[in-house]
Amino acid sequence: MYRYDTYDQTLVDERVAQFKDQMDRYLAGRLGDEEFRPLRLQNGLYIQRHAPMLRIAIPYGMLSAVQLRAMAAISRRYDRSYGHFTTRQNLQLNWPKLEDVPAILAELAQVEMHAIQTSGNCIRNTTTDQFAGIAEDETVDPRPWCELIRQWSTLHPEFAYLPRKFKIAVTGASADRAAIQVHDIGIRLNRADDGSVKATILAGGGLGRTPMVGDIVREDLDWQHLLTYLDAIVRVYNQWGRRDNKYKARIKILVKALGIEEFRRRVEEEWAHLKDGPETLTDSAVTKATSYFPEPERREVSAEAIEAYETLRRENRAFARFVTNNVVGHKVPGYKAVTLSLKRRELAPGDVTADQMDAVADLAEQYGFGELRVTHEQNLVLSDVPVDELETLWKALEELGMANPTVGTLADMICCPGGDFCSLANAKSIPIAQALQDRFEDLDFLYDLGPLDLNISGCMNACGHHHVGNIGILGVDKKGQEFYQVSLGGRSDDNATLGKILGPSFNAEDMPNVIDKVLQVYVEQRLEDEVFVDTYHRIGMKPFKERVYA
Amino acid sequence: MPEVTAQMTSARELTDQRQGGVIRQNQLVSEDAWQVVRLDEDGNLPSYQQPALLPLAEWQALVAAGEGSDHLAPWLASDTELTPELGKALADAPLLGVDFPNFNDGRGYTIARLMRERFGYQGEIRAIGDVLVDQLHYMSRCGISAFALRDDQYVEDALHALSLFSVSYQTGVDQKTPLFARR
Ligand code: HEM
Ligand code: SF4
Repeated sequence: MYRYDTYDQTLVDERVAQFKDQMDRYLAGRLGDEEFRPLRLQNGLYIQRHAPMLRIAIPYGMLSAVQLRAMAAISRRYDRSYGHFTTRQNLQLNWPKLEDVPAILAELAQVEMHAIQTSGNCIRNTTTDQFAGIAEDETVDPRPWCELIRQWSTLHPEFAYLPRKFKIAVTGASADRAAIQVHDIGIRLNRADDGSVKATILAGGGLGRTPMVGDIVREDLDWQHLLTYLDAIVRVYNQWGRRDNKYKARIKILVKALGIEEFRRRVEEEWAHLKDGPETLTDSAVTKATSYFPEPERREVSAEAIEAYETLRRENRAFARFVTNNVVGHKVPGYKAVTLSLKRRELAPGDVTADQMDAVADLAEQYGFGELRVTHEQNLVLSDVPVDELETLWKALEELGMANPTVGTLADMICCPGGDFCSLANAKSIPIAQALQDRFEDLDFLYDLGPLDLNISGCMNACGHHHVGNIGILGVDKKGQEFYQVSLGGRSDDNATLGKILGPSFNAEDMPNVIDKVLQVYVEQRLEDEVFVDTYHRIGMKPFKERVYA
Repeated sequence: MPEVTAQMTSARELTDQRQGGVIRQNQLVSEDAWQVVRLDEDGNLPSYQQPALLPLAEWQALVAAGEGSDHLAPWLASDTELTPELGKALADAPLLGVDFPNFNDGRGYTIARLMRERFGYQGEIRAIGDVLVDQLHYMSRCGISAFALRDDQYVEDALHALSLFSVSYQTGVDQKTPLFARR
């Protein structure tokens, strides 16, 4: 994975010193709350319902064992010995003390980490496919490109005070696991016939209160122009994006207001000036970035070992369940990627205790070349496990409570922190997730339902991506009471679609029954192997509505 | 274990009480007579003394009438559309103000950069309005060369803020080669 050289380290150290000085001035009364706000946000520091929260960047979801151990130590020393993995592949601490944040950032810098631009109206952490570099369907490894984008966007002097936050996602595979259509900019990398890398650039996607799917701005951009093209888009947005109403300030509103043709025309006009300028990428820059993501030194896995693994899978039902749900194929025969489920009854989705972080770091060293990935479904991934070590890894994960064989099922919910932690919430979200996990814990039932994304947000800011859940749940406030609105049919894959609202909202106690009725309709009406979302799009909302409101 | 640099750095002593004023070339400018003139609530131009930074339209009207001088300069509102014609017309201004009506309004960064990089403006570009200590680093990278600090901003903090960074990844007016080409 990427390693800092002295330039990166110096920059991050200088940033820590800058924030320490800003905090000192804030505490000394020289810097007002309002002026301090964007400064702390752009260093990941939120002020929330109970305490400040610190959002730590995990660039494009790549984390080393050493870094995870450092997070464990930080969470013990400065927080309540746990952390929360977010849908944007970051890690959030829920209870740090304001005054401690500069010291936390200094400790992070020691392990090549930071919280730069994890919040605020600036370019945020770039996200990508959790199976980058190992997926069978990948044509371009997105990680070097993400790293180049990370560097370009970090402390970009022109774009620190954009109208609103700005998120970029990149994929290089045929199946989009990075949800590029619901990002401010989505980038799809592919290869031309001569092997050179081309990029298709989308803009104007996003969730939040006005969810939209992005439009294509340019197809087949030559790789050399990636950064200048991004500069052109963000510059057009910086100049023309609305600043009078924060709910209309995202780039999606600008793209919609101008229309994609006019938006594209402005971008191309701007880009005509920047094209071939100094930010034009060179072979040596890309080669260098690529050199940080070498193939790990994988040992040969023998045919007998692969055979033994297949036999075990046939004979051991529990192991087979784990493999079917939590293990995915790898471009190298004899290797697999394993998802560590962070969806278990005892903890909120995405939460990990400090002891678990240490244990996972050990596992990463033992089974995964010391590296881990964070997924936008709030799970972790070990990306290079030889099949003859899967059984021992599985047992270790069972002990850690991270082997729930439910990845991709209804039980693998995405859930925002909601009213338990977040001051913007209309309703709690974690207890709903837990009630649903309790109600639908029978594995055979979950498997019978097949792949199903259930996403929960505590308010229309949509941190839990409810619009793109096959089943989406949104907390709403009615005269001070917590209610929940259900939507159906959303998806975040290649055919990104926003869900439609089922009807009037429900109270918390009714939710398990409501979801149960929705599932009944699916089970009765599906054709053979049809997945939930396809059945919904075939039969429409009516049958679901009739059953739920009968 | 390397040392924890930021923790170890002892805090600066915050002693100098001077606030406001114009910073240029990393120092407080002792004599600066330029007055920023804004339209009053009724949209009228108040009377002013020279040298003065005037709203763009007023300055253009004076220049068109042949009354331009070295003591009159325009300032650009953050919603100014920098057309090629305007960019060229501004080349003659003795000084250029870029207004930050609110420190969260980031359009001035783009305006300054375009004036330097696209229109080749050579004179002083001065940030006016809600100009805060913690924005100066980015402003200077975008080609702003003088800062009319908001009245409550401490001069020593401003000078410190301008000295903090020795590295940057991207190009800027101060750095023509991106780091990826310098490593
Ligand atoms: C608890 C403190 C949090 C607060 C106050 C908060 C606030 C917000 C707000 C205001 C938005 C909407 C912004 C907009 O649409 O313009 C938003 C969007 C979002 N948040 Fe959070 N959030 C919090 C925690 C989280 C967490 C823990 C996650 C990850 C699980 C998260 C992930 C996201 C994502 C993915 C989006 C937006 C998607 C989009 O609009 O494209 N947030 N958040
Ligand atoms: S969706 Fe709403 S309630 Fe949930 S974390 Fe985001 S802002 Fe808070």
